[in-house]
Amino acid sequence: MRKAAIHFLLTLTAIIAVLPFFWLICAAFKNPQDLAGSTFVPWNHLNQLTLDNFRALADQPVGRWLVNSIFLASVHTVLVVTLSSLGGFALAKYQFRGKGLIAVIMLITILMPSQVFLPGSYELMYHLHWLDSYWAIIVPGSVSVLGIFLFRQAMRELPDELLQCGRLDGCSEARLWWEIALPVVRPMIAAYTLLSFLSEWNSFLWPQVILQSESKFTLPIGLNNLNGLPQFQHSYGIVMAATLISILPVAVFFFALQGDFISGLASGAVKG
Amino acid sequence: MTRQGWWKFQARAAPYLFVSPFLIIFTVFLLYPLSRSFYLSFHRTVGPGHQMFIGLGNYRFLLRHDLLFGLAVLNTAIYTVAFLLLQIPISLGLALLLSGRGVRLKSVFRFSFFSSYLVGQVFVGVIFFQFFSPGGLVNQTISALLGRRIVIGWLSNPAMVLPSVLIAGLWLATGYGMVYFQAALQAVDPELYEAAHVDGAGRCRRFLHVTLPGIRHVLVYMILIGAIGGFQLFELPFVLLQGAGPGGRGITIVMYLFIMGFNAGDLGYASAIGWLLVAMLLIIFAARLRFFRTHQEMTA
Repeated sequence: MRKAAIHFLLTLTAIIAVLPFFWLICAAFKNPQDLAGSTFVPWNHLNQLTLDNFRALADQPVGRWLVNSIFLASVHTVLVVTLSSLGGFALAKYQFRGKGLIAVIMLITILMPSQVFLPGSYELMYHLHWLDSYWAIIVPGSVSVLGIFLFRQAMRELPDELLQCGRLDGCSEARLWWEIALPVVRPMIAAYTLLSFLSEWNSFLWPQVILQSESKFTLPIGLNNLNGLPQFQHSYGIVMAATLISILPVAVFFFALQGDFISGLASGAVKG
Repeated sequence: MTRQGWWKFQARAAPYLFVSPFLIIFTVFLLYPLSRSFYLSFHRTVGPGHQMFIGLGNYRFLLRHDLLFGLAVLNTAIYTVAFLLLQIPISLGLALLLSGRGVRLKSVFRFSFFSSYLVGQVFVGVIFFQFFSPGGLVNQTISALLGRRIVIGWLSNPAMVLPSVLIAGLWLATGYGMVYFQAALQAVDPELYEAAHVDGAGRCRRFLHVTLPGIRHVLVYMILIGAIGGFQLFELPFVLLQGAGPGGRGITIVMYLFIMGFNAGDLGYASAIGWLLVAMLLIIFAARLRFFRTHQEMTA
């Protein structure tokens, strides 16, 4: 009896949690009249499902924005994972001058909300003539204090003897990083790669400040613009189709890796 | 250079080479803008080119005279408190239900709750903007359930702004919180439960004296993360309400920073708002430290 109640409660909540996704899909595949008439998809209405919304998107640069988003998120992820793992390796496994100072400065900036950097960064981009340029998004985004912290933490557990063995075998320090340190922290790399990709994919404020020409927009910027256009106020199937295209790539990506990612995400907090 | 000389050199230079790309970009693109934001906050600026020193003028005006800033702080604080009061119990409750013995399809439930977290705030804003429109799916469903036509102005009625943003925000973050709580619950020592059971502690007392202390760190972490995230709320209301919302009820601190800095073009004023936000977050951190200290005193 209690078990049944628990399952009922969980199922009810799960339905509420998934309902917006279901609505989103319904709205994307229905024409405006059908959508206004029925909230869900009654079985006898299945033949009214349509791809018109997706065809109408051809008039909008959504495909372009999709390519832009994939490009920026990929470049960002490769750079930030590389630089964070290199820096984290140095901070975890070497003694060198200025190490303490770096740690203190990083600790101070990690407490800062990212928005307080905005006015100064904007001014800098203006003087570099990087407004409306991808450089302004790629270069500052390639370092992450959180990333370097995570890698430092993970690589501390790497035994020094292992590195010493590598050195005796004639590995250069760069090869120690690539062939010993990176493989050991591979689960961390997987989780951090997904997290970086996701955060860049969904990033809005900084690109909104920087990007001005429509052909350079990413999906969040472009979609927010589409959403505000008066012509879509009454035919929102088109906006929903565009939204579906925007969230589907990450959803597929994560569905494949969800188990590892979800448990990896939480394990850090419990240990810490 | 001899082979051995090169070998020694690369070993000594390695750490510097490894951190230098990070350090250079960090200094130029993070530290420098941060210091510029501090400098600009004492200036009135027109776009990035022109500035005039006005001392504490921006701060004084913000704290004493700027009613819109006051409204933004109020909105943000109310949202944050309401969000935490709902998100924490719901997430923890779901985690407790899901951790029970004999619950089937755990991973299916877990993924259903968690999946919304993958959707960015902007996309959530767009989706709920459409759902909440006067003839949208939410009003349609409520009308269908009640059997008569009901039109709620989710986004146009000032009183409905906070509930609408909260619903979208909770949909986004509750499953995420549940994952954390679930991990924390799994880490509680089962022997403690057995001991409590042997001592005759009921369900409620076991929760209060075993579960809560066991997940204390994650609980505080979730509250802290929620408070920090709440104070930085921007995209969700900005997209959902297409701006500040009716009567400015949807304006937040960061939205005001964005409007003043990049629509009105006063980077100095925006910087001052940014530093006041830093001050508010520091107060939250300080409160957390205080909590830990009193807790340690109690247990010591």
